[in-house]
Amino acid sequence: MGLQGGNGVVISFTALGYTTAGIYAASWACYLGKLFAGNKWTGRVATVLLAAGMATHYFALLARAYSIHSVPYQDLYGSTSLLAWFLALTYLGLELLHRERAMGAFVMPLVLLLLGLELVVAPHAAPRSPARGAIFALHVTSNILAYSAFTLSFVYSLVYLVQDYLLRRKRPVAMMWRLPALEDLERMARSGVWVGLGSLIVGISFGMAVDHRLTGQMLTPDPKVVISFLILAFYAIYLLVSRSPAWRGARASVLCMASYFAVVFSYTVVNLYLSRFHKFY
Amino acid sequence: MGVYLLGVNHRTAGVALRERLHFSPEEGLRAATKLRNDGVVDEVVVLSTCNRSEVYTVAADTRTDVESGVERNFCVHHAVEPEQLNGCLYRRRGRDAVEHLYRVAAGLDSMLLGEAEILGQVRETYLAAQREGLTGPILNRLFQASLEVGKRVRAETRLGAQAMSVASAAMKLAEQIFGELRDNAAAVLGTGAMGAKAAMQLRARGIGRLWVSNRNPERAHELAARSGAQWAPWDKTAELLAQADIVVTSVAGTDWTLTREALAAAMHARGNRRMFLIDLGVPRNIDPAAAELYNIFLYGVDDLNEIVEQNRQARESEVPRAEAIVRAHVEKFTAWQSGANAVAALAELKQKLRLQRELFTDARSEDLARFSADERERILRMMDDLVEEILREPAERLMKDREVRERAVLLRDLFGLNETDPSNSSGPGGRG
Repeated sequence: MGLQGGNGVVISFTALGYTTAGIYAASWACYLGKLFAGNKWTGRVATVLLAAGMATHYFALLARAYSIHSVPYQDLYGSTSLLAWFLALTYLGLELLHRERAMGAFVMPLVLLLLGLELVVAPHAAPRSPARGAIFALHVTSNILAYSAFTLSFVYSLVYLVQDYLLRRKRPVAMMWRLPALEDLERMARSGVWVGLGSLIVGISFGMAVDHRLTGQMLTPDPKVVISFLILAFYAIYLLVSRSPAWRGARASVLCMASYFAVVFSYTVVNLYLSRFHKFY
Repeated sequence: MGVYLLGVNHRTAGVALRERLHFSPEEGLRAATKLRNDGVVDEVVVLSTCNRSEVYTVAADTRTDVESGVERNFCVHHAVEPEQLNGCLYRRRGRDAVEHLYRVAAGLDSMLLGEAEILGQVRETYLAAQREGLTGPILNRLFQASLEVGKRVRAETRLGAQAMSVASAAMKLAEQIFGELRDNAAAVLGTGAMGAKAAMQLRARGIGRLWVSNRNPERAHELAARSGAQWAPWDKTAELLAQADIVVTSVAGTDWTLTREALAAAMHARGNRRMFLIDLGVPRNIDPAAAELYNIFLYGVDDLNEIVEQNRQARESEVPRAEAIVRAHVEKFTAWQSGANAVAALAELKQKLRLQRELFTDARSEDLARFSADERERILRMMDDLVEEILREPAERLMKDREVRERAVLLRDLFGLNETDPSNSSGPGGRG
């Protein structure tokens, strides 16, 4: 199953997926080249390859969506591809916003891993599911965008802590000089959280609208709803305290990373084992 | 036409002699112009930096007094006796001179290995000489290639990367903590040599606000004026600490200039915003226990020296790669130059054979008189064609085979050809 071209050729989403993985891998190689060799042109090529990979990835997702008549979020592995695409999108946005390419070397393996999960574990689309409407699709995609933004914040915070450790222990390594400054990493992590929080609020709002249409209630408490509000609360606290005297710096980064475990819990345990409580049909 | 270099650098002469032998840009152009106008050389570039004064020349092989002429001009210009320079001057010819310039442009010949400034100095010097018409096809090619070598070495190796001095290592660390420094404030406590260097570096890196403070206010005023900083009274240090993100200390004395308690109070006052402390004092000025405070980064001279040493080792490990680039370009230039010389020699041989044909036919004009004008014209054309035919195969082999090109310059000796400028010939020996 896949996209039908103008000449009747059907392009399978797995073929598009493997093409995408190849382009992303090339982009990652260039980001690593930029990080270790410091060649600015290698960095520019990495960005172009990332954008190209996102274009083919988009068509792979479109092919998968055509086959199941829905945005591909039916199963965990299928949705990881969507998460990978949003991760790449959010990263690209933040890269352009902060004009900082060094972090691509750390983000691209995550993108590849998520895409790989779909290609290796779930190469075939889930069975067709009943259509649930545009608002439901927006609810899910907004939430996945939020998860991708929180993933980026996690990566930035992790790199912050490693660099903070190296600087405080006076053990700078050659690669460190090519990483963003601590203040920039902190700013980038906060940008990621702002994007994530915004998307999560939008996603929850759409979810409440769907819930209201189906049940007449604005909010039906279930594990997914509870964990989503917890995530919202953790990251809101992070934003509040990350600039306070007691927390700014490494402590805020630890808080950001700790909050991310709630996201992972929501995406794995809750989605895999408790999703039956969170059905909009 | 070979490249000849005469020079003095930091390896062969002390700073006092180098200063005496230094050419300002104007003096360099003047000395070069004199060398060329006196007919000593055909092309000349004088390269003078704080580490070296070098004269690169190209002259026809028929000139026999090039080396002595260049040296005489060098000594006269600086009003020194040649004996005073015994053992200090170095001379390089041909391939060695080419390799030397490439090493200079690559930063391999610099006192600070891989320094970035030298490439700009080579470029400026070359462009000025070119504007004055002092360069020709060979030095144009040589200097343009040297700029390419310099760029490649910096792009493809880490020879020129990272910090090089204690002060610049400290600035690099500051940028690793704060990013661009234009939104940050810094204070320099103490106006010794290290403090002054740090103030200048901070200003050069575009620090937002800069204060200078010293026990002796006059010296603080003097450094503040020199570095474009603000002066701050010594007894207001606590207020400075609350505002400055970067604090450099270089104060003489045995007591802590900044104690842990003072810094803890400062961190409280500044809401725990990150603070980078650079202790350049010997003995140390800042209580090492301050490093335990949250969001404080404290580096002393030894820490910075360690970074400088790491960087030096990292740069040195890149030397073989840089030298490989230099060697590849030396080969390229040598191949080009031998090709240029060979093509020029062949063109001269052709010219000489035609001239001999003309002399031959002139000497036999009576014998040719019995032919009609048309027939004479045809005979002369056939003789010209014969010359072309004889030289056609050697010319083709010359274009194809590098070894033949290198041997072809023997044509000059065999046929007694006069030296000519390869720029007058076509083909690979054209203007570079």
